[in-house]
Amino acid sequence: MSAILLLVLGLGGMAAGYFVYSRFIAEKIYKLDPDFRTPAHEFEDGVDFVPTNRFVLWGHHFTSVAGAAPIVGPAIAVIWGWLPAFLWVVLGTIFFAGVHDSGAIWASVRNRAKSVGALTGEVVGGRARSVFMIVIFLVLLMVNAVFGVVIAKLLINNPGAVVPVWGAIAVALVIGQLIYRRKIGLGLVSVVGVAALYALIYIGPSVPVTLPESTAGLSPNALWILILFGYAAIASLLPVWVLLQPRDYINGLQLFVGLILLYGAVIIASPTVVAPMINFGVPEGTPSMLPLLFVTIACGAISGFHGLVASGTTSKQLNKETDARFVGYFGAVGEGALALAAIIAATAGFASLADWQAVYTSFGQGSLTAFVDGGAFILAAGTGMEVTVAATLLTVMAALFAGTTMDTGLRLQRYIFQEWGEIYNIGWMRKALPATLLSVASCLILAFGAGGADGSGGLLIWPLFGTTNQLLAGLTLLVITVMLVRRGRPTFYTLGPLVFLLVMTLAALLMQLRDFFQKENWFLLGLDLVVLVAAVLVTLECVAALRRAKGAANDESAS
Amino acid sequence: MSGTQPAARLIGRLRRWYRRAGDLGASYYNAPYRAAIARARRDEEDLFMLMVFSETLGIPNPATWYTLELQPLLLDRFHDWHKRMGMPHSPLDHFRCC
Repeated sequence: MSAILLLVLGLGGMAAGYFVYSRFIAEKIYKLDPDFRTPAHEFEDGVDFVPTNRFVLWGHHFTSVAGAAPIVGPAIAVIWGWLPAFLWVVLGTIFFAGVHDSGAIWASVRNRAKSVGALTGEVVGGRARSVFMIVIFLVLLMVNAVFGVVIAKLLINNPGAVVPVWGAIAVALVIGQLIYRRKIGLGLVSVVGVAALYALIYIGPSVPVTLPESTAGLSPNALWILILFGYAAIASLLPVWVLLQPRDYINGLQLFVGLILLYGAVIIASPTVVAPMINFGVPEGTPSMLPLLFVTIACGAISGFHGLVASGTTSKQLNKETDARFVGYFGAVGEGALALAAIIAATAGFASLADWQAVYTSFGQGSLTAFVDGGAFILAAGTGMEVTVAATLLTVMAALFAGTTMDTGLRLQRYIFQEWGEIYNIGWMRKALPATLLSVASCLILAFGAGGADGSGGLLIWPLFGTTNQLLAGLTLLVITVMLVRRGRPTFYTLGPLVFLLVMTLAALLMQLRDFFQKENWFLLGLDLVVLVAAVLVTLECVAALRRAKGAANDESAS
Repeated sequence: MSGTQPAARLIGRLRRWYRRAGDLGASYYNAPYRAAIARARRDEEDLFMLMVFSETLGIPNPATWYTLELQPLLLDRFHDWHKRMGMPHSPLDHFRCC
């Protein structure tokens, strides 16, 4: 089957979702009102609350939510064949992610731009807010640990990417200084910065860097993980304008360049999908597709992390309430398009089925490596680029996305520790440095605890990360649903996805629990139990909150 | 003459587009970080204010002769600062802003 067909069907489906389904949701369910005074206008302060052009807002919303996760998830999930991953990404984007993301913006805008965390406390209840804090901590912990492992693996698989990946940080530092200190125009800086980055990518393969077999008893993989966390700890303590802001900007540009190049190359090269439609001969030890597919692909189909961005910064800058549809729903479509590109790269970027099977030897194998190798194969065929340069380009793109997520994730984790220090009156925990060290230590325990001494098995946590991410999405959907119940509007369109997510997440957790028990992986078993408890709490909260809201709505209509 | 006019108009229009694109780009660059940067800038300004008022706090400052002139100019900012720090009135005996 031609990859172009997959591309057309996928993008066509998501476009139809945007033009038809999102219009229905915006007009009939959320009833977005162009005359509603949004918080950006009501509390305009030039700092947090600024009415922003919707295209600009979409750009920053999309680039904040799209990172390495919508690439890793689909690239792992194609082990069950291309069809399940394709259907879940396309249908998930249309009926789950778009509704969730635009709903999160709507809910926040209608509540003075409060974050989802604060909203769970206000709309659902104080207990739900505590559960929310635990879930969000688990999400951050896992995403940091997994991405450390993922980048380490990328750097080992492609030594030519080491120089450009670290060089990109130097480029970002210079860009930050030029813009903030020297006030040099963005246009010139962007052109020079991007040119420098691509020059590094071009020369990268000729100056490969490999770490020695053993450094103080550490394998290269373990050493890279330690170096990456050392870097992330420092980066998360720097002022945002020094590194995070320019890096985010470069990533945004890279994201658009990468998507255009990949989709362009698919159209020119017209590769064939070599992976099976449904893989009946999955490698031994691969968990069952149902329910694991729905937690392996979180970002790209539906992800709770989007709710944090939507209600954190986006809702404070929404110019008109009706823009929520474009920014939120179309942002989800953008992410779906990235996930689709990952599926195509990981299924059509191989010469034959045997080559594909050689990569997907066990669950968790493949992932970003398959995306990079497959994507490079397609890019080289479509653009005439050398395969090594194409692979370096994609490695740099993926590593930068994952790196920025780590840097931001660690920062947020530190804030949580500091907040706990505040709540429980622990003086030293309130300070930035000890809180950062605590965050790094917890991530390292997870990365090495799950993957053994060399950290190579860290991707085993991926489905668990997916479950926590889905729980977060569930809490956001709960907030939206309760708001809809109170307004006497149809709840099916948010309650349906909520129930589906909770059932799949609980089933996946139970199945993994059995799996970890059989493999005697006590560390992951314990972690699974913690997430399971959180999942049960979220489910109970959902039932209780909806019953309360329905009861209150009935009382009102009776009186 | 008639030939140069459309060209000048075109250049003018391109320049406007370039400026508009620059503005949108700048707001894309800054949008997510406005608050954090405003805080960072405020911290820097607080440090500058500390230098201006250092003599009043008992820290010797060789440039007092010059910074003394700046004190009235910083009156508003000083007022904001002590309120932000949770002090309803000025903590300095010789510098009463409210």
